[in-house]
Amino acid sequence: MLKRTLAVAAATVALGGFATVAHAGKDLDAIKARGSVICGVSTGLAGFSLADSKGEWTGLDVDVCRAVAAALFGDSKKVKFVPLSAQQRFTALQSGEVDILSRNTTITMTRDTSLGLDFTGVTYYDGQGFMVPKKLGVKSAKELKGATVCVQPGTTTELNLADYFRANKMDFKPVVIEKLEEIEQAYFSGRCDVYTTDASGLAATRATRAQNPDDHVILPEIISKEPLGPAVRHGDNQWADVVRWTFNAQLEAEEKGITSKNVDEMLKSSDPQIKRLLGVTPGMGKALGVEEDWIVKIIKQVGNYGEMFERNVGKNTPLKLERGLNALWTQGGLQYAAPIR
Amino acid sequence: MADITNGSATVTRVYRPPPSQATGAIGWMRRNLFNSVLNSIITILLVLVIGMIVWNFLDWAVFKSVTSAKSGQECGKISPDGACWAFVVDKYRLIFFGTYPYEEQWRPLFACISVIAMLVLSCDRRFWNAWLAAIWGIGSIVTFLLMFGQIFVPLSVLLIVALVAGGVGLLLRRRAASAIEVVAYWVLATVGAVGLAVLLWDWVMGLIGAPDLMVRLSAFVPGFTIAPLSYVETSKWGGLPVTLILASYGLAFAFPLGILAALGRRSKLPLIKGLCVGYIELIRGVPLISLLIMASVMLPLFLPTGMTIDKFLRALVAVTLFAGAYIAEIIRGGLQSIPKGQYEAADAMGLSYMQKTAFIILPQALQVVIPPLVNTFIGFFKDTSLVLIIGIFDLLNAGEQAIVDRVWSGYANEIHVFLAIIYFCMCYSMSRYSKYLEREMNKSVRR
Repeated sequence: MLKRTLAVAAATVALGGFATVAHAGKDLDAIKARGSVICGVSTGLAGFSLADSKGEWTGLDVDVCRAVAAALFGDSKKVKFVPLSAQQRFTALQSGEVDILSRNTTITMTRDTSLGLDFTGVTYYDGQGFMVPKKLGVKSAKELKGATVCVQPGTTTELNLADYFRANKMDFKPVVIEKLEEIEQAYFSGRCDVYTTDASGLAATRATRAQNPDDHVILPEIISKEPLGPAVRHGDNQWADVVRWTFNAQLEAEEKGITSKNVDEMLKSSDPQIKRLLGVTPGMGKALGVEEDWIVKIIKQVGNYGEMFERNVGKNTPLKLERGLNALWTQGGLQYAAPIR
Repeated sequence: MADITNGSATVTRVYRPPPSQATGAIGWMRRNLFNSVLNSIITILLVLVIGMIVWNFLDWAVFKSVTSAKSGQECGKISPDGACWAFVVDKYRLIFFGTYPYEEQWRPLFACISVIAMLVLSCDRRFWNAWLAAIWGIGSIVTFLLMFGQIFVPLSVLLIVALVAGGVGLLLRRRAASAIEVVAYWVLATVGAVGLAVLLWDWVMGLIGAPDLMVRLSAFVPGFTIAPLSYVETSKWGGLPVTLILASYGLAFAFPLGILAALGRRSKLPLIKGLCVGYIELIRGVPLISLLIMASVMLPLFLPTGMTIDKFLRALVAVTLFAGAYIAEIIRGGLQSIPKGQYEAADAMGLSYMQKTAFIILPQALQVVIPPLVNTFIGFFKDTSLVLIIGIFDLLNAGEQAIVDRVWSGYANEIHVFLAIIYFCMCYSMSRYSKYLEREMNKSVRR
């Protein structure tokens, strides 16, 4: 009885909490008054959000927030980072503990609807893949019948794996290990034939842990869609606009060839689109409610999308990820910005 | 050699030392390790096994180790089978201080020294009196001033301190103290109580939107700020200071809470007893993790939107509540061990409940339970690493953060060994201290 009463009380209060969240407004005013953006990031994911040896936050997810701060305050340093665990992340956003959740979060419908979030764009297209040692001679995931598969528990990865093998009428033996460090150890020591996780993770594992990266192949099949992107809570569309168009501006800048190095020269460009982007022809900043030179600030301090990608996860980083799906649409990828006009 | 003179006859006796094989290290080994064929075999085998393990460890940790390299792969090229201490060298500041601003990291360093000094001084029995309050008062101000950089002390806090100090003084020393001291307590308590009442009144008036007729006292004396350094919010704290502060302050707050709960549980008043039993049993019935998740995931939902309580404070409160319940049970054990005669004697002397508890019962009860208390302290020092779940980087989690870095991937063991050494030093010194205390405390009992 007591238990039930408590449960009802907790549920009532919790629902009340959600209800107030849904009707909250003017997050943007609160952020401006505070003078800094509070950004929820992962507690540690190489390339996306990680404290480096000097304790500075680095990574793609981190730079997404820095760019928003640059757009809003003209200073990419005006961000406070709050590391969040997977369980905490949505509550922290709903309760107002953070303003943006930029924490390698997959965009799904239920998260958008029933959790009361707004996803503002896809900053990284990921998908689940398989890696096998080359000496097995496997060319396709369809040949993996009866294989021993290393997989991390409690994630969609595990469910996707089971779905895929069932759909293709194959059996498999899962080896379930929680820690990344240990699962990589297990794969390279030969305890399992196949290692499955997001393709970006596979590439990073191969680049950093393999004795000889060429001895391992990532199979062509990608069995799930994992579009990762930042989210804000329902209730302040203007704030969502700032986050959404900050990212679009970074994509647009890459498409127009504007980089942190040449942005000053680009200010003299005669291309009307570039003039509009960089605020030489005013209007865009006012429409968003920020300074007219907001994109100049973003590009100078954080860079365009390509620079952000290469700096954190690209060819010259330990992760060595290909642009792949994350290339601009003009180069065969999926990154396609709505025009800023 | 000795001569024994006995009347006319002189007998010379030569005392020979026992055979060298029966004394000293050799003798001890013969008696304990090689006293039968089977034991000899087991001894030799064990020595071989231990020797091999130690040799392999040393081989890995010392002889083949790499202390300077730019990345894990470079380590692997230099010495594939050795430890890559270069990883620890590169990351030690992240592990010790987390995401605290790099140029300011001397501050958490001195804050750690301050906390450790505070703990070490608290261990000395000569300071177990008013000194203890002074040590913790000064130490806390130094520690938090270093960590935050700026401390704002609102008027209300000063008033509460005055009220509590005056109140406690009156309760305990009304009869014993000199007239001036009693007056001083009265003044402190009155100033605190009146000040708080005025502030409360002022606040309520502000809430209902009373016009400016009301003198806004708090606007005149809002408190004062000590600000010698730049401000660093708790979300940037990490590493050793977080572990030390969470453990030592969590337990420092839990200790009085535990005493109150233990006394309350033995109270004859049903309401107080019920509350204390409820608190203790509820907390002891759930794991610390669930309490932390409650504090970090559920609590924000109950609060109005935009109102957030500092995450570090939430963790500290959760640890305090949790430790409080366990300490209460230990202290209750101590209370039960006091013979009934002590209570009766105190009553017969005409002491009030407060005086009886503070001067007769607690000093004896606490003395009995010091060893189990230290044991609890060791446990909680390690339990603080559970705060990872709510995204706080204590020592262990800052280490995990270092491991995630792909530049050094594959060398997690080095970090774990390093962390283990730090934790071991802390916990082992605590356990040695409890051993020493046990001997000290039992001096009166032992023959």
